[in-house]
Amino acid sequence: MDRTTSKPIADDLIRPLFQTSIWFYAIVLATGTVVACGAAAWGYQIWNGIGVSGKRWPTFWALYLTNFVFWIGISHAGTLISAILRLVNAGWRRPVTRCAEVITVFALSIGAMFPIIHLGRPWLAFWMFPYPSDREIWPNFRSPLAWDFFAINTYLTGSLLFLLLPMIPDFALVRDRSTGLRRRIYGALALGWRGTTKEWNRLESAMQIMAIAILPVAVSVHTIVSFDFSMANVPMWHSTIFGPYFVAGAIFSGIAALILAMAALRKTLGLEKYLLPLHFDNLGKLLLLMAILWGYFVFNERLTVWYGNEPHEMAVFWATQRGAYAPLYWTMVVCNFVVPLAILSNPYTRTITGTAIASFGVVIGMWLERFLIVVPSLTHKQLPYSWGTYQATPVELTIMAATFAGMILLYTLFAKFVPIISIWELKAGLPSRLDPAALAEAALLATRLDTEEFSPDSSSTQGEHR
Amino acid sequence: MRAVYGLYNDPHVAQQAVENLRAAGVADADITVISSEPFDHFEFGHRDAKTAMPWVAVAAGAAGLGLTYYLLGAGQRAWPLVTSGMPIVPMWPNLIIIFEMTMLSAILATVIYLFVSAGLPSRGGRMYDPEVSDGYILVGVENPADAARLEPALAIAGGRVKRIS
Repeated sequence: MDRTTSKPIADDLIRPLFQTSIWFYAIVLATGTVVACGAAAWGYQIWNGIGVSGKRWPTFWALYLTNFVFWIGISHAGTLISAILRLVNAGWRRPVTRCAEVITVFALSIGAMFPIIHLGRPWLAFWMFPYPSDREIWPNFRSPLAWDFFAINTYLTGSLLFLLLPMIPDFALVRDRSTGLRRRIYGALALGWRGTTKEWNRLESAMQIMAIAILPVAVSVHTIVSFDFSMANVPMWHSTIFGPYFVAGAIFSGIAALILAMAALRKTLGLEKYLLPLHFDNLGKLLLLMAILWGYFVFNERLTVWYGNEPHEMAVFWATQRGAYAPLYWTMVVCNFVVPLAILSNPYTRTITGTAIASFGVVIGMWLERFLIVVPSLTHKQLPYSWGTYQATPVELTIMAATFAGMILLYTLFAKFVPIISIWELKAGLPSRLDPAALAEAALLATRLDTEEFSPDSSSTQGEHR
Repeated sequence: MRAVYGLYNDPHVAQQAVENLRAAGVADADITVISSEPFDHFEFGHRDAKTAMPWVAVAAGAAGLGLTYYLLGAGQRAWPLVTSGMPIVPMWPNLIIIFEMTMLSAILATVIYLFVSAGLPSRGGRMYDPEVSDGYILVGVENPADAARLEPALAIAGGRVKRIS
């Protein structure tokens, strides 16, 4: 098979690096403005003190920690899904993996900022780091916040490497098609990659090992984030179900974010030939599965609390079911369960638009879920004299909006400078006459098309070079 | 650097070129195959496939586990903190940090081993042709003793032979 026929694929996928549309500038300007407003709001908070946020006794964890949990959850879109699809060798993963892995790195970086913003005095963040100081202040390794430090940094390091390693061959490809300064930059990023069989074998081995290693790390990260809550004796937090519940929720919101990102990329970068309805259909099915799993966890959590009938837990329970937080709670149920089930269980509505609508609902619903975990429990603690209310301030809302804009900005810049679809992986997925999986697929296609063109008989050379 | 190589658009032809070079007496270690994608389903794609990388990852993970176990215990004994009646060296919470550091060690060792064993980063000056990026497969020999003798082995229908002097 002529492998140079893959040249148009490479041309298509690196085109956005060489051509800039007006949309790129518009998105960068709009999101950059919101990010600048967020930076100004954070500066205002640092200058005036944490009192400008809505955090008041007894609600000291509020919007910032809600966003921390939300963004860490979104980060599960990438590396986890990509690693699973790599390990099971799912052919349809090829155009999806890098779109997903990028979300992980940016969402984790954004999420990890929130505890520092939440501190109020960010210059003291290093107190969390494990170093023996001469003031004999040593991090308390029993604290879930110290576990967060280790888990998030391990996941971020692993995810960053998991993203960067497969980018090296694509940098080499861009290097070969560039001139001048761009050639020098991509040449440096390519690290002298040539594509020898040794380089390919080492890269593929490394990706396999990292996929195996990163899976338990991904699960551990969100489990440890759930420990921030479940280790505390606060109503409706102190629960053994929180670990898997958080992990399921994270994967759920992650898949939704991935579908939204893919739908946007497909339109803005003209990737209709590569991000196919099949990809949205498959991810839509995964999203449907996670919606059902999420509903199962919520039912378990709620039933146990209701059946236990502990007064301090029931106060939180009723506040969310029919009290002040009920509108948010039922919106969450509709967004996370009713809408995905209605749209995604029907093959006729599980289209690109349908999955994007369901995903948008899930992202909103999962943000509400994080808020409803954090705030109602703190406003309804064990003794009624300690009950309170929480009202987000413009400073908090501006910082929150800036992180959403920041995510779009980072993603846009990434897609401008790096091929957003892994070119070499896509090329490797093209059928080869010696590839049994591709042959089987071709044979199936031949049966469907009732044509001789894809007949396996044409592959008489199969295995001859083994 | 001197080199002689052929460029092929079909992996079957590239495989034939590799076999021709072997038949011409070139040692396997001296044959270089360069492509813009991995070819797992061809024999030439499995050259240099044997690697100790999984063992390096496991060994680094074990080393990370041991080191973190020691450092955590030593640190907690050196700066004893009493929290909620827990022991000074509490194993349950420590397991979380030990796990994370074990996996981080394995991941970092994998990446370091990848770079070292694949010779990355490389400064260049090795045999290469930018046409590889267009999908061509390069099969050649660097610093051959007699380039002219190898050219017929590489000159197969569907390929182009080039020489760097």
